Amino acid sequence: MKTRHKVLIVDDEPHIRRLIQTALGRADYATVEAGNARETMERLREERPDLVLLDLGLPDRDGLELVPLIKKETDATLIIVSARDATDEKVAALDLGADDYLTKPFDTDELLARLRVALRHRMARGGGVSAVTAGDVSIDLMERRITKAGREVHLTPKEYAVVAQLAQHPGRVITHHQIMMQVWPSENERHVEYLRVLVRSLRQKLEDDPQRPQIIGNEIGVGYRLHVSPE
Amino acid sequence: MNEPERPSPEALLRAAAREGRGRLKIFLGAAPGVGKTWEMLTEGHQRRAAGVDVVVGVVETHGRRETGALVEGHEIVARRTVDHVGHTLGEMDIDAILARAPALVLVDELAHTNAPGSRHPKRYQDVEELLDAGIDVCSTLNIQHVESLNDVVASFTRVRVRETVPDSILEQAEIEVVDIPPDELIERLRDGKVYVPHEATRALGHFFSKSNLTALRELALRRAAQAVDAQMLEHVRAHALAGSFAVGERIVVAVSEHPHAAGLVRAGKRMADALRAPWTAVHIETRRDQHFSDGERRQLADTLALASRLGASTASIPAAGVVEGLGGFAKDARATQIVIGKSHRSWWFEARHGSVVDRLVRTIGDVAVHVLPSGEPVDSGRKPERRRGQRWGQWGHPGHYLGALLMVAAMTVLGRLLVEVIDLGNIALLYLIPVMFAAASLSLRAGLFAGLASSLAYNFFFLPPTGTLTVANPENVISILVLLGVAVVTSQFAARVRAQADLAGASARQNAALASFSRQLTAAATQDELMQAICAEVARLLDVRAVLLLPSLAGPDLAAAYPPEDRMDQIELAAAQWAIDNEQPAGRGSATLTASDWLFHPLRASAASGRGVMAVLGIAREDAGDPVRSDEVPLLMSLLDQASIAFDRMALEEENLKAQAVGERDRLRAALLSSVSHDLRTPLTTILTAAQEFRTHPSPDLVETIDAEAQRLNRFVANLLDMARVEAGALPMKPEATDLFDAVASAVHDTRGALQGRQIDLDIAPDIPLVRLDPVLLHHCLINLLDNAGRYGEPGTPILVRCRRSPGALRLSVIDRGPGIPPGQEKRVFETFTRLEGSDRVRHGTGLGLAIVKGFAEAMGLSVEAANAEDPFGACFTIRIPEALIIRHLDNEDMP
Repeated sequence: MKTRHKVLIVDDEPHIRRLIQTALGRADYATVEAGNARETMERLREERPDLVLLDLGLPDRDGLELVPLIKKETDATLIIVSARDATDEKVAALDLGADDYLTKPFDTDELLARLRVALRHRMARGGGVSAVTAGDVSIDLMERRITKAGREVHLTPKEYAVVAQLAQHPGRVITHHQIMMQVWPSENERHVEYLRVLVRSLRQKLEDDPQRPQIIGNEIGVGYRLHVSPE
Repeated sequence: MNEPERPSPEALLRAAAREGRGRLKIFLGAAPGVGKTWEMLTEGHQRRAAGVDVVVGVVETHGRRETGALVEGHEIVARRTVDHVGHTLGEMDIDAILARAPALVLVDELAHTNAPGSRHPKRYQDVEELLDAGIDVCSTLNIQHVESLNDVVASFTRVRVRETVPDSILEQAEIEVVDIPPDELIERLRDGKVYVPHEATRALGHFFSKSNLTALRELALRRAAQAVDAQMLEHVRAHALAGSFAVGERIVVAVSEHPHAAGLVRAGKRMADALRAPWTAVHIETRRDQHFSDGERRQLADTLALASRLGASTASIPAAGVVEGLGGFAKDARATQIVIGKSHRSWWFEARHGSVVDRLVRTIGDVAVHVLPSGEPVDSGRKPERRRGQRWGQWGHPGHYLGALLMVAAMTVLGRLLVEVIDLGNIALLYLIPVMFAAASLSLRAGLFAGLASSLAYNFFFLPPTGTLTVANPENVISILVLLGVAVVTSQFAARVRAQADLAGASARQNAALASFSRQLTAAATQDELMQAICAEVARLLDVRAVLLLPSLAGPDLAAAYPPEDRMDQIELAAAQWAIDNEQPAGRGSATLTASDWLFHPLRASAASGRGVMAVLGIAREDAGDPVRSDEVPLLMSLLDQASIAFDRMALEEENLKAQAVGERDRLRAALLSSVSHDLRTPLTTILTAAQEFRTHPSPDLVETIDAEAQRLNRFVANLLDMARVEAGALPMKPEATDLFDAVASAVHDTRGALQGRQIDLDIAPDIPLVRLDPVLLHHCLINLLDNAGRYGEPGTPILVRCRRSPGALRLSVIDRGPGIPPGQEKRVFETFTRLEGSDRVRHGTGLGLAIVKGFAEAMGLSVEAANAEDPFGACFTIRIPEALIIRHLDNEDMP
């Protein structure tokens, strides 16, 4: 029997905490709750959760300030809960070290899917991801080999760099900035235009229908996500 | 002219202006030592006993014990100390008094001149401000300090008093004459009981002679009686009491740049008082004015200002000559009396031109002309300055003579060529050509010079014996004389034509300046533009630096400047504030806060608008000289008027716009309320009912219902929030390179629930370029368009998303297969809360979606259009992305 993962739910609305707790409880997670920043830091130290679900709108402190504090305090996976259009906030949180985000309002299925992806990645972190599968595309990071329906796909080095960056964090959003840091070491060469062009040509090579991408998903104003198949 | 029976509006206005103003009482004495201060303090005690809140603003006891004892019972407002060249002077602290706000304040020595750096140069101006603040004032004054009597007193006492108080102050005051017989005063003087100002000591014996004191006493009593008369007259006018008053008289005083003109003005004031007539001081601007030195300009401005202080209206009239201008003005003003100084022209000038006075008397007809002797200048401390623009002295520019000589030489050469063909006498006529040219285009003197040169040349080159100046034939002597005579007369005429043209030119320039000013102001669309235009134009037209300040709670706020200026000193701000508070000019060249380098004029709104002072215009000269030359004052006044009108117009337009916006907002609010009550309540009711039903009869259908209605509510609230952002006009924009494939795919993905499996066809060229847009806003646009297509398209029909390049743009269209848009409604569909007539089926949604599309698209610089697509028929909504937002095609090869 594997150990139950412990999730810290941070939200100032007791109703929402209760709903999430019910949903997570049914999915066999252990839960702890916090209603503000002070409680959050206390629970972190006492309970050592595996994952923190952090709503950025807290009464006593700006949620964004909490992100680096949490990352410093624990190695728990951090998922941000944020309003629909707050792309700046999402990008900032991700660049500060958050692992993923959820947009309010979200449904339970989406929440559970994100948690699964994030925790699987956490488990794998020890050895690192060596291979992922998305649809009929396999990405082997050790061999630096990409196949689609069993046939090898030839990528340029930059295209490969993008795919590899996404594949190392399967199912998680990676911000434009994070991708570009890897692909273009020189800062003044980093332009979202270039990244868009790279992704478009990657989709031509990897997607069945590049107009309706299934493998490399776009997160508006934030970044890209590799939609991996569940193992 | 008949005095009307109904109240005179001016008198009523003056009465109204006094309402709410403090009352002034002046204790008027014939000489120092009569006991004015004592009387004033006694009155103060009486009023205090009657329960009036009395304070002492300033009282000089001059060490007299009786006076000192009287002061003691009063509350004294501490004086403000001013350091002036090593002396510490105590001046009345007007701000402290205003802050203390007593009912009555005692202010000694109304004619006192304040220390430099004080707010007002004169104490009577301090008193006026106190009166304006509604505080009653008691003050003291000696008769020789009354402005209009200044000359009279000086004429028999031989002591000229420099500290004067305008008559207008006395006219609004209650006057109590403090009187003791001359013998008693002389006795008090001998006993050392009288404090005498330092400057009067040397003339002491003479000043305090019995005859002088008697004369002064008579003056004081007469002036007091006159004040009573004036007040009675005012009262009668205001209340239209029947009675006969000789009001037909109108007096015009002609003033020049001479220092004596001040004497004329005072004489005019006395005459006006005696005749109870309105009077005007007028200056006739002729070509001479252009050559005035700065000193002369200042003198003229001072004289006009003096007249204004004495109650005259003032005017400055451009004209070809003094006689013409004065005659015309007198006629327009229906003057009955003209006061003019004796001219200082030489007998030679008068012989040639006729004396101004003579010509005036001859041309003016039915008007009495008073010619006053001018005597020696009373205040001739100033040396006459050399006139500006006359570097070459009275003989004029040597270039002019050279020009005249060249013209004569040219004519001589021409004459030599023609001498075979035409008669000698006609050659003399030819010489009139250079004479006329020189006089008309250069100067009168050049014309005369050309005449002289012509006659010499004619004699030398043409009259036999040629080559000499001797004349053989006596007839030819006459030819020369005629030539010379004609030349003199011609050049005079030509020069006069030129003078009139110059004057007309100056006037035309001024009119053109005003017209261009007006045009610039009209072109301004916002208040900021207007303010910048005012500054730039005033700076250009008057050759000054100009700033505009807006009144605010924190003090005047620098709003525009030309050339750019970003801060003002404390002293300038104080002057500007004063101008705002008192609706009067302040600063350099005005009567108030003259230590400022800037002159501030308030821009007043029209009285009807009730807006008061809208802004203050400040002007200063680059060299820190006087901001406005006297000849520019009329232009400045016109500019100020126009600027005020423009400001007023702008404020009015803004008010109208606001009213319109309020109306529009009300309409929206009403539509929103009706829409919200329906669109919020319906899903809420469904959810509540379903949840209750679920308690007793749990079923998956109910959960589906709750879920669907909650989704609908969610979209509606999101739309409301989006609309609020559009309305607020502050959409956060973060444009970035966006791939339309991504945008469309995300939108399709996010609407899959709402579209319930409806098929979406994509028709996007694979090489469509990237665009620079805010991806979030674009996403909302697309979601709303897809949502709309899903709602209005026939069930089961596909939606087409198409992206095409068209000349100069990218067109992103969402096309449904529905009833389409009724003709003529293509624009209305984007208005808030529009649901088109003819769509008979009840649709979900609030009519917000398309308005959001339009609002977001326009915020990003895109445009939207609605049309109908043919074959298959349906509505087609298009977002047009202009060329400027399209990113140049990029390839893998372009990449670093």
